[in-house]
Parts: sequence; C-alpha cells; structure tokens
Amino acid sequence: MKKVLLLTVLFLATAVTYAGGYRVSLQGNKALAMGHTGVAVINSSELVFFNPAGLVYLENKLSVSVGAHGVLADVSYQNSATGETAMTEAGVGTPFYAYISYQANDWLAFGLGIYTPYGSTVEYEDDWAGSHLVNNIALQAIFVQPSVSIKLSDKFSVGGGPIYATGGVNFNKNLNRTLVDLDGNRSEVTLEQTGISNWGWTASAMLKASENLTVGANYRSEIILSAEDGDATFENVPNSPLTPFADTTFNADLPLPAELTMGLSYKHNDFLFAFDYNMTYWSAYESLSVDFADELITDTNLLRNYKDASTYRFGVQYEASESFTLRGGYYFDESPVQPGYFAPETPRNDSNGYTAGLTFKVGDRLEIDASFLYLQFNEVDASYDYFVEGSGGPAGLINQYSSFRGTYKSSVFVPGLGITYKL
Amino acid sequence: MKNTIKFMIGLLAIGLVSCEPEFENAVTDEGFYDAGDADFSTYVSLGASISAGTADGTIYRSAQENSYPNIMAQQFGFVGGGDFTQPLTSDNVGGLLLNGEPLPGYGTRLVLSADENGNPFPAPLAGTPTTDVATSEAGPFNNMAVDGSKSFNLVTPGYGDIAGIAGGTANPWYARFATSASSTVIDDAVSLNPTFFSLWTGNNDVYSYASQGGIGVDQLGNSDISTYGYRDITDPNAFAAAYGAQVDALTANGAKGVLVNIPDVTSLPYFTTVPAQSIPLDAATAGAVNDLFAQYNDQILPLLVQFGVITQEEADSRVVNFVEGINYPIITDDDLTDVSQVLQGPPGNLPEDLANLLGQLRQATSDDIIILPASSVLGTTPDPSNPLGVVGVSIPLQDVFVLTSTEKARVDTATQSFNAIIEGLAAANDLGYVDSKAALAQVASTGHVFNGGVMTNAYVTGGGFSLDGVHLTPRGYAFCANMIIDVINTTYNASVPKVDIGTYGTVTLHNN
Repeated sequence: MKKVLLLTVLFLATAVTYAGGYRVSLQGNKALAMGHTGVAVINSSELVFFNPAGLVYLENKLSVSVGAHGVLADVSYQNSATGETAMTEAGVGTPFYAYISYQANDWLAFGLGIYTPYGSTVEYEDDWAGSHLVNNIALQAIFVQPSVSIKLSDKFSVGGGPIYATGGVNFNKNLNRTLVDLDGNRSEVTLEQTGISNWGWTASAMLKASENLTVGANYRSEIILSAEDGDATFENVPNSPLTPFADTTFNADLPLPAELTMGLSYKHNDFLFAFDYNMTYWSAYESLSVDFADELITDTNLLRNYKDASTYRFGVQYEASESFTLRGGYYFDESPVQPGYFAPETPRNDSNGYTAGLTFKVGDRLEIDASFLYLQFNEVDASYDYFVEGSGGPAGLINQYSSFRGTYKSSVFVPGLGITYKL
Repeated sequence: MKNTIKFMIGLLAIGLVSCEPEFENAVTDEGFYDAGDADFSTYVSLGASISAGTADGTIYRSAQENSYPNIMAQQFGFVGGGDFTQPLTSDNVGGLLLNGEPLPGYGTRLVLSADENGNPFPAPLAGTPTTDVATSEAGPFNNMAVDGSKSFNLVTPGYGDIAGIAGGTANPWYARFATSASSTVIDDAVSLNPTFFSLWTGNNDVYSYASQGGIGVDQLGNSDISTYGYRDITDPNAFAAAYGAQVDALTANGAKGVLVNIPDVTSLPYFTTVPAQSIPLDAATAGAVNDLFAQYNDQILPLLVQFGVITQEEADSRVVNFVEGINYPIITDDDLTDVSQVLQGPPGNLPEDLANLLGQLRQATSDDIIILPASSVLGTTPDPSNPLGVVGVSIPLQDVFVLTSTEKARVDTATQSFNAIIEGLAAANDLGYVDSKAALAQVASTGHVFNGGVMTNAYVTGGGFSLDGVHLTPRGYAFCANMIIDVINTTYNASVPKVDIGTYGTVTLHNN
C-alpha cells in the first residue's frame, strides 16, 4: 500500500530534479535504456529531442512517444573534522517528455517535442551545516520544440527547429553562516520567480552511411533564463540599520548551456549498438549572480566557474522476440564542477550510469517502454571555497572567503515508463 | 501488461529501499571517533560565568546554548557522550528576577545598536526579565557552573540558600538550582557521578578585583575567606585548599577531566579597549589646565615632600602636565598617600572640596589600564552648570575605572600563583591542563585564524568577545571548546571532533 502511495506521489510530483550540473538527461525511455544514446538511432519520435534530422527516416506516418521518469535522488554529506552530517530530503522528481512526429511526404517530416532537460530539486534540512549556500532549491525548465526534418538524399538528412523554454526557480538559503535575530533564528532569503521564458534553437544532421551504419550530430543552443523582478523575501533579519534586508525584487541569469552530441549506431542482425558523445558547454555558468533592486542590499555573487563537460554513452538493443525488445547501456558522465567550486545545491561529481529497459509490443501500434537507470557515484571529498561572509556584521569584521568542505555521496535511481504509439 | 507494471513497481521498490547513499566510513558509525582512555557518558562542567555561558553582561538562553560546555557535550556525543543538561533561563531578554523584582547586576543583555549614520554602540535590550531565581529549577544539572562564583564558593555550604542572597552570602544563580539551601556546588556536581568533568574556576578570584579598578583588597597572606569582600583577591593558600578539595571530590570515583587555568586580564577587551592616553587637548586648553595645577605641582607637592608626607618619588609621580595632543587623564589612585586631610590644615588650608580632589591625584601613565565602562565617563561634564569640570582633565577619573600598574601587578601575581596551583593539581592527578591564558593571549596578540576570518580580542569587531568585554561570543566559546578538546584528545588519546568556529556567531545586532 505504501509503495502504491509512493507511486502515486511519484506521478503527481511536479518538481523536476537532480542531475549533472542541473542537466537532466532523461529524454526518452527507449534511449535511456540504451545509456541515453540516440543521436544516430532511428527508433521512434524520441528523435525530436535526440536528432530531429532522423524523423524523416521513421517508417510510420505518425509516431507518438510519451513518458516520464521517477527520479529518486539522495545526497549524503559529512564532515569528518567536525562530525557534521546532512542528508537531502528524499524527494521524487518526474521529468517527462512527449514527442510526436508526422511524415508529410517521403522527404519531409514534422515533429513537436515537450521535454524537461534542465532542473534540480535539492532539499536539505533547514540550517544544516551548508545552509549559507543552500537550504533548498527547486529549478524547473520545460522546453517546447517544433521541428522539421528534410531528407536531402537517401542517405543524408538535416533537421532542427526553434525551442521555447519556460521555467521557474525557488531558492532558499541562509544569508551567511552566523547572522541571527534576537532569538537566535538564522537569517535567510528566498528567491522566487516563475514563468521565466526565452528562445533557443536546435539543428542536426543524420547520415545513413551504409545499410547498417548510421551517423548523427545534434546541437542545441544555450538558453539563458533571466529572472527579472523576482521576489526576494528575507526572514529572521535583525532589526538593525546594519542589516538592511527588506523584501525586494531581484534579477538573476541562469544559463541552460548548449549541448553538442555526435554519435553512431551499427545494426547487426537483431542487435543494434549505439555510441553517443555529448559535450555540454557548462563554462557558460560562471556565477550565480543575484542583483537586488534595493540598493542597500549587497548583491550576491556565488562563483561557479563550471567547465565544459563530456559524457560518453554506450547502448545496445536486442530484439528478443516479436513482443519484446531488450536494451542495456552505460555512460560516463563527467562533472562540470571544478575543484574548490563544489556547491551543495548541485552536489555533482563524476558518475557512471548503468541502464536497462525493454519495450513490450501490445498489438501493432502500441508499445510500452520501460527503463531503469542506476547512477553510481563515488564518495568525494570536496569543498566550496568562495563563500564571502559579506554584509550582516558590524563594520570592521574581516571578510574573506570561507570554505565549506566535506564528503559527499550521491545515489540516483530512475525508473521510467512510457508508451509509443505508431500509426 | 500486468507483468510489466509489476516489474516497474518492483524496480521502483528497489530504488526506494536502496536509495539512501551511505559512506564507507560514516562519522556516525561506532568507532569513527575514539573516546580514548576517557569515558564521556556523564560529563559535568564546573566553573563560573565563562562556563555558564554568560554573555553581553548577563545570562540568556541562546548564550547558554552556546556555552563551551554545551558545545563540547555535543561533540562528546560522537564518542559516547550522554545527555547534557543546563539550567536554561526562560528567555533571550536576559536578566534575573528575585520574587518578581529585578535583581541588581542581572539586567537585560547588551545588543549592538546603530544610530542613523550606522555608528554602532552597545545598548541594553529593552525588555523585562522573566527568569525568577525563586522559581526553583530541579538541579543538579550537568552544567553546574555558577555565574559570579569564586573558587572557594563552590565548596561553601549555603551558597545556594535563597535567603542568603540579600546578605550577599548566597548566589542567586546557584540558588535557582541548588538541591537544597545548605548544598554545595561541588556536592551537587558529584551527585551526578560524573565520568568526565571540566573545571574552570578562579577567574573571579582576581577579576572581581580587576574589573572594578582594584577597589578591593589583595588578601595575600590571609587565608580566612570569611573575612573577604567580593572585590578582594583570594589568597593563594585559600585558593589551593578550595581547588584541591574540588579536584579530590571530582576524581574520587576515578573520573577523568580537565582543569582550565586563568587568562590574563590584558587578554580581555574590557581592559584593552579604552586607551590610557585618551584626552585630546589643543595648546591653549592644555596651557589653561596646567595653570590650574601650577600651585599643586610647584608648591603643594614640594611642601608635602618637605614635611615628609610623601616621598620625592611619589611627588614626581603626582605631577600633572597636559600638552597639546592626546593626554593621559588625571585619576584617583588609592595606592597613593591620601593627603586630603593634610592639605586642609596649615600651611595650605585648602578648602575641603579641593583637598579631596587632590587627595590621591595623579596623571595616568601608559602602565595604567582604563577599563571599558570609563568610556562613558571620560571627557564628560558631570555638572552641567560647570563646563570646566571635565572628567579626566579637571576632575580625576574615579579609582573604580582604573586598574593601576600597582593593582595590575597584584592581579598578575595572584593569577600566576593560581595557575601554578592548577597546573600542579592537573599533573598530580593525571588530568588535562588547559592553558587558556596562553590561548587567549594569542588571540589578543596575533589573532586566531579560522576558516573565514581572524578572531581577535578587539571590542565588537574582534568577534571573540561579547559586548560586556569579558565574556565570550558563541564564536569565542566555540574557540574555548576546541581549545579544551585539543587537550582532551592529547591527554586521553581520544579523537573528539572539533567545531568550525566560523559557523558560530558574534555579537547580536538589534535596535530597540
């Protein structure tokens, strides 16, 4: 009963989730089961995301894929020097996707995708050891992408389309490590903005090099979500002109970085092998800068200095029977976080993703896709060395960087379920 | 279809069950930290205000929660430490009541206020204390530290008798949680059967004298404590007897522990914030003031020497001379010969007022210590109708505001004696000896570097000391906890984790 309840919660929860940086690579159950490869896999309308150029090679007039993933992510923290510990609240994120493709004629196809490639939900206990960096954060972004796919020759096609991104953020942190009101309650700020939107684009190409070998490339542009006049709410602030933290509005930019994918697939009898390489241009994320409208409040500048990061993905598919297709995969996901910049709101080190899944055919048109991802992290000793205690103390207190360090261990399990309908 | 769903639920269940990431060596695992040869299951703290968590001139709840014994007890939790109880007050306003009436000396806490230009100043928090010492708390507590106590008070029966508060024989803080009117602090502490203890007493045996400019008596050579006033310096023999009795009682059942010595007064901002040289004068004013003292310097002092009332050396020390620039204030020094009676007689026949003013007058020197409360007195004109009556210039700064070099030497001598006794007892009983004197001297001289800053003994800005200039901030108390844990780990081969003092706060900002 409890599990059923959890399952219900799983599909009701709206928050998106935890991922590399805040990239959530869960854009299709078929692809995820194969290590989230797909830039050169002609399988279903998941291609709207992975490579719209390939849509034109789909065999069906109409192909629809809808699904979601339940992300069970937890992070443990401990500092062996002080004995402090923390564990994120076990939340469940549900990234989802819906793709449709339509073959207009033998050289032209259209597609439409709605998916959630970025997001993060991390919730620590209030006032935990790293509360000056984050108490909790919920970041969500939904992409809507119309696409066109054009076959330039029997072997080569191009595709792409505009992307409309819309998102929101809710971020709560304590103002610094020590500021309290008269009763000892920690001073905190909540930054909230919803309905932030912006435009981007994607472009891709696919080459059917031979009967069995397919090569693909896909590029998705950076989209900067600019919060303007978001709400900054301060709580538990001392009644003092030295701490002038009155509720105000803020501006902040959050980049959703560009991503380049190149890959290939090779078909051998009932087997299909796929390899994808992703480069995510995380270097766009230099800092989380919050510009408060109230000039009395010092702007916040949390350095991030992410680096561009690669992901290497391998997948295999086996058509076991008329009804069943089995899939497996592996990927290595490089963290964009550099030493000294490991912040607990995206506590992410390198990880190994192990995936599996299957498709069960229900008649000619309907397929049920299931997948499972286990993301394995090693323990990592890491620190964020660039927190400035900042305002909130009497003049003369020496302000220098403090370091927040400790050992982190993450664990992520992602079961997913979807359907594919082909006409 | 049905199977697939079952499969998915199965996967989900696996995920839910095995989701919690676990460390290979978790700090919460048994044995990650080591108690060594010590047993922290019942920890008892003894001492005075520093150990009770007093801050900002009084006792209030959040300060108690940041007392160094409480911080240590939290860390002992990693090595088998048990519950740690404290006689917590009812509020964060601070202060104590006795039968509903405010108790003198236990007012509301100081907070750092700021004027409209952002200039900070300490101010008493507006509010009414709600903690009544007549409303008895059920002691004993693990933190048996008693605000205001001296070494020998901890072994004195009746120190917690509420009937003795008015007469000064009992302590209101202890009266609040003493197990009986005749109990002693040490007996109450021992009744908890401590397996580990910390003892940091003796500060008030010298500070009570020093903090009031040495108005008491140095009882060196008199070990009869029944003759002592509160502002007196305790005789080392009396100190040794009381301290030794406490150590004996605490170690009788084999408990381990640490003894903490007494810091120098010059480590505390109460004694270092107001400069000895603080009176700015221009040339004209200096000249005018010197004219006022010309008769004293040129006629009275030589006459006093001539009549054998004072020595030439004392006369030299009593000469008043102001110059253009920053000057030392004039002060009353009760170690000078009181000449007020002599001056009223022939040949001077000075009026009584003037004779009293000059009675024990001299100008401060760089060896004198002007205490923190003098900052609100120096340079003021107490009589609004007399703008020329300026404290420190034409009115001597009262003795209570000045710890003279002579008085400070008594404090230093006593502190050294006490610390030698403490160190000796620690060695004799295989207890940890915590040299807080050296640790706080280092804070005062070079500052203590921590993760995110430097803690110094600078008033307000140093971060270590609360607004009363004697007691510590949460950060200062966290520093003390680490200081003591270091000694515990060394003495008892333990590995109790320390705290990051940068995460502990400093002074509290608040405008009434």
